[in-house]
Amino acid sequence: MGANDTQQPKELPMVLLHRLPSFNLPPNPSFRDHLRSHFHILDPHESPEPYDSFLSRHAHSIRAILPVGPTQISSELLERLPALELIVATSAGLEHIDLPACRSRGIVVTNASSAFAEDVADCAVGLLIDVLRRISAADRFVRGRIWPVEKEYPLGFKLGGKRVGIVGMGSIGSEVAKRLSAFGCTIAYTSRNKKESVPFLFYTNVRDLAANSGVLILCCPLTEETYHIVNKDVMAALGKEGVIINVGRGSLVDEKELVQCLVQGEIGGAGLDVYENEPNVPKELFGLDNVVLSPHRAVMTPESFEALFQLIVGNLKAFFSNKPLVSVVSNE
Amino acid sequence: MESIGVLMACPMNPYLEQELDKRFTLHRFWKVPEKSTFLTTHCNSIRAVVGNASSGADAQMIEALPKLEIVASFSVGLDKIDLAKCKEKGIRVTNTPDVLTEDVADLAIGLMLAVLRKLCESDRYVRSGKWKKGSYMLTTKFTGKRVGIIGLGRIGMAIAKRAEAFSCPISYHSRTEKTETKYKYYPSVVELAANCDILVVACSLTEETRHIVNRKVIDALGAKGVLINIGRGPHVDEPELVSALVERRIGGAGLDVFEHEPEVPEELFGLDNVVLLPHVGSGTVETRKAMADLVLGNLEAHFMNKPLLTPVV
Repeated sequence: MGANDTQQPKELPMVLLHRLPSFNLPPNPSFRDHLRSHFHILDPHESPEPYDSFLSRHAHSIRAILPVGPTQISSELLERLPALELIVATSAGLEHIDLPACRSRGIVVTNASSAFAEDVADCAVGLLIDVLRRISAADRFVRGRIWPVEKEYPLGFKLGGKRVGIVGMGSIGSEVAKRLSAFGCTIAYTSRNKKESVPFLFYTNVRDLAANSGVLILCCPLTEETYHIVNKDVMAALGKEGVIINVGRGSLVDEKELVQCLVQGEIGGAGLDVYENEPNVPKELFGLDNVVLSPHRAVMTPESFEALFQLIVGNLKAFFSNKPLVSVVSNE
Repeated sequence: MESIGVLMACPMNPYLEQELDKRFTLHRFWKVPEKSTFLTTHCNSIRAVVGNASSGADAQMIEALPKLEIVASFSVGLDKIDLAKCKEKGIRVTNTPDVLTEDVADLAIGLMLAVLRKLCESDRYVRSGKWKKGSYMLTTKFTGKRVGIIGLGRIGMAIAKRAEAFSCPISYHSRTEKTETKYKYYPSVVELAANCDILVVACSLTEETRHIVNRKVIDALGAKGVLINIGRGPHVDEPELVSALVERRIGGAGLDVFEHEPEVPEELFGLDNVVLLPHVGSGTVETRKAMADLVLGNLEAHFMNKPLLTPVV
């Protein structure tokens, strides 16, 4: 590096930061500094220029885009960026990106699921234990000073021996399976394709999985095929003692149906980190002790963000130096 | 066996109560208005006591029941039974090991996740209707955290096995080193606390282990450390723990047991880094039935002169 010190600083590669005004990258100073020292980050919201003209002016130089959270990347936006070659997604889910349009343009997409998988899996297991053992409800019982009055807290249900059905056996599903195996649960799964390297029982569809499980854990991406994949039929198959844990996307579940089933005791309980219309959560759930509600926080740890930053910087650096990317989304 | 008098120390399980009523002459101690008169009147017919984690058979009770032959505890913990006195008088003692091991271990992990990932706090937040788009709060990752276990018996080992699935390095302290395990042994609780992120109490309560988690241990655990207690309330110096939590000298706590159940220190109710449970370690439908069956099985075996199922003394 020493020999280059006296030369002009190389023009940094441009990366478009694509975000809704209410979203931004986490305020981690070392990440932002690192990012800005290696790349020229274009942020339309930090410019006084109107969005459209800002975008048009820079379009020909933008080869890479960094979308924040769920900010949409539509085919219209892609059309306005003719030089775009790379999308570095910052979330595990990719339903906000027009993947078919990317495929036909040859635009590569990298995702962040490996940065989050452990934290999401931990959250799924935590929610499951909480629902079965009534941890949050019992904590309310104690804080409400009810214990000295009522002496006994109602019994929960044993986790060990439960048949757990995992919907989606990607990085998150595998981490969930690994954890719950240690609790004595039997694992089965469904996925677009059977995974030969996975030792668990495979079902071709969610309904059959539900019929043979006591717990359903949703870890798959939201696509046209998986929209409302957990519907009335699936919930009926899961049964009155069944528990649903959703750490995927709210719309994987027919939420109206779920609420009705829970309120009427048609299923045994639910642990939810995601909802169809965040941050709105059906109020009927607030009075239920067999439901645990989390505000889309499954990935929210400093460690996950650190891993995410490494992944973002790693992918961008690799791209601009023509090296293999770190976490390309396969078209499997 | 209907003529055999059995004294049930406190309410613990409707199914157990029902079955005891069917098979024996059951005396419900908590319904007796004058306890000492009751004991004098019935002392010659009571041959068994059924106790649990709250109430068992202390020296006074044992002395008052000259015909007592067996104390069957609806728990694995024996701290409410005067074991020395029972040995002295040739009274048999049974408990409920193994059947509750998994549930207690599950709850320990559940508490770790609930404290570190702030699950109860998050649930409260959502139910309050305060969740706004774009808002977020960081919690702490559980995977990979160092877990230190006090007491590597059945429950301690079950906790270790589960935590390992989360890639948690495991270390422990116990009376003697367990050379057959691969986990790291520390000869003192303070050293264990200094070298872990999450400290779990999983040993039995004896005179030696009372207040085993004291000020020194709490200080060693430190401002980022979390204490999980699924043992007995008296394992922890509760006032010390409370002030450490209030003053943020310790990172958080998940407590299923307290020194004076069902009383819980008021100061804890305002904290968002604690999870408080009403002694539900073995509290599942499945396990309580298995525990009840074990109590009944032990009593039956005793009165039919067969070997006891799970004798302690």
